[in-house]
Amino acid sequence: MTEARDGRVDDLRRRSQAIRARDLRMVYEAGLGHIGGEFSAIDILVTLYFGVLRIVAGDPTAPDRDRFVLSKGHSAAALYATLAEAGFIDPDELATFMAPMSRLNGHPDRNKVPGVETNTGPLGHGFPVAVGMALAARADGSSRRTFVLTGDGELQEGSMWEAAMAAGHFGLDNLIVIVDRNGLQQGDFTERTMRLEPLADKWRAFGWAVREVDGHDHAALLQTLGAVPFEWGRPSCVIAHTHKAQGISFATDRVEWHHHVPSDSEFRRALAELEAAP
Amino acid sequence: MTAVAARAELFDCRDAFAQALLEIAKADVRVVAVVNDSVGSTKLGNLRTEFPDRFFNVGIAEQNLIGVGAGLANGGKIPFVCGASPFLTGRGLEQIKVDAAYSNANIKLVGVSSGLAYGALGPTHHSIEDLAWTRAIANLTIIVPADPIETAQAVRAAYETDGPIFLRTSRMPVPVVHPPDYRFRIGRAAMLRDGRDLTIIANGVMVSRAVEAAELLDSVGISARVLNMATLSPLDSDAILDAARATGGIVTVEEHTVRGGLGGAVAETVVTEHPVPMRILGVPGVFAPTGSPEYLLEHFGLTADGIRAAAIDLLSARDAS
Ligand SMILES: Cc1ncc(C[n+]2csc(CCOP(=O)(O)OP(=O)(O)O)c2C)c(N)n1
Ligand SMILES: [Mg+2]
Repeated sequence: MTEARDGRVDDLRRRSQAIRARDLRMVYEAGLGHIGGEFSAIDILVTLYFGVLRIVAGDPTAPDRDRFVLSKGHSAAALYATLAEAGFIDPDELATFMAPMSRLNGHPDRNKVPGVETNTGPLGHGFPVAVGMALAARADGSSRRTFVLTGDGELQEGSMWEAAMAAGHFGLDNLIVIVDRNGLQQGDFTERTMRLEPLADKWRAFGWAVREVDGHDHAALLQTLGAVPFEWGRPSCVIAHTHKAQGISFATDRVEWHHHVPSDSEFRRALAELEAAP
Repeated sequence: MTAVAARAELFDCRDAFAQALLEIAKADVRVVAVVNDSVGSTKLGNLRTEFPDRFFNVGIAEQNLIGVGAGLANGGKIPFVCGASPFLTGRGLEQIKVDAAYSNANIKLVGVSSGLAYGALGPTHHSIEDLAWTRAIANLTIIVPADPIETAQAVRAAYETDGPIFLRTSRMPVPVVHPPDYRFRIGRAAMLRDGRDLTIIANGVMVSRAVEAAELLDSVGISARVLNMATLSPLDSDAILDAARATGGIVTVEEHTVRGGLGGAVAETVVTEHPVPMRILGVPGVFAPTGSPEYLLEHFGLTADGIRAAAIDLLSARDAS
């Protein structure tokens, strides 16, 4: 790897830790939120916003911008903190997360927050909308791409496979799905709740080109997401292997941290870990 | 201090629901539960531990949730199909219509965390359309209990009554509004207080606030009847018409949009049989702003004081005409 590339990866890593710390504080102060699935997704969000997406914060509705859809809308705090880091919203506004009359709901609202493309929260909505976005791009002859981040538990919704089938059928090589494969959903492991494996084979059977990646390795994410489409004429699926609450040692992979709100001491310990991380 | 505030120990009705269902399941092997990754939010962990073979988690898949429930009913089981109300009713609406109601399956749908209970999680998670959606469906009994006593009895009534039933429960803390000897009956409103000047009709979370409003009105010499309309469908039209005739004015209040829920149901009856002035309180046909459940109830005037003000407004308009 070149030095320039290394510097870039260091920058992404630094941003990820800063966003984790910000997210932790938002949830702690709001007394509500979904740290588990936010921390599993943050390295992916950061790689997209600071290494992949062709977007300009000052022009959030530019017709040919790449689209990003957070299908797992409960990770809103991570998206807001990323949008603030990227200049779409004022970082000071993050302190209003879920406060009365704030623009920052527990789930993202495109009519309030610049940079949000479609409203999500109930699982199984973002992905079908993204298929429509990709069809519109193709109809326009535009080179813009549509990226979607889904939960793995979210893949239990039927609408996700209706969308996967449609994208495969239409051969949407301008559409990229990233599955946050943290192995957990709200109440248990995905494989104990409703089995998803063999997951890559399912996507292939629906006509997708699939790659698997370590979802916390910024260099690998940059390389993989920079290589889309993996095959011309097919949509691309990235199965990103991640950990819920990645970055907080005592919370990682623990199911209750799906929506656990840290106590004072957990907050302080978690913050110390995040600030000490390289 | 008002009488309701005086006995202000608050309860999350999901506890009464889970406890009642566990007791029924212990006594009848036909009773099964179906959930959608919602073991925690439905508080059914104990039931799962006790009866793992009668507990089905279909994952995050609400359409399948209801279809599977209907199939279990076809096999002679008595399924309680439980999930967060916005997703159960929203995602599964056609399944509720066809698999449950139209097929006349003996299925019990339990929507938890309904109304504005999800607060700052936002309008995607608010379940303020569920009563309008389900009320439009034929052959579906709809029950909205007000407190833990009524919730437990409603669970038992749903179990004992053949056919499709939607039980809409909250997670919003509520006080007990019924006496210990209260008997819930499907299709029967409960008069919690008699009055001459007008009637307040409420259900669910709003019932205790309606009683408080009546106490506030009493202190300024206005006598309000209070009806708990726990069954939204079939509607107790006798109780509504009696209220219209005896008091000449009705204020409805619900933790739901004003379009097509309790207010709509009462208005349909009143307007066709015995028109009287009405005020319909609820969420006024908008997506709510960000805020906690309490904040939002306050914001939309769904408080004892908001009900009091609507009652006085109705009376002054009636007196002026
Ligand atoms: C339709 C629907 N059903 C249920 C929920 C409640 N819910 C919120 S997050 C979640 C678990 C999601 O698991 P996953 O997609 O794996 O997300 P992650 O692990 O990344 O947090 C559930 C069941 C919801 N938001 N939408
Ligand atoms: Mg997951």
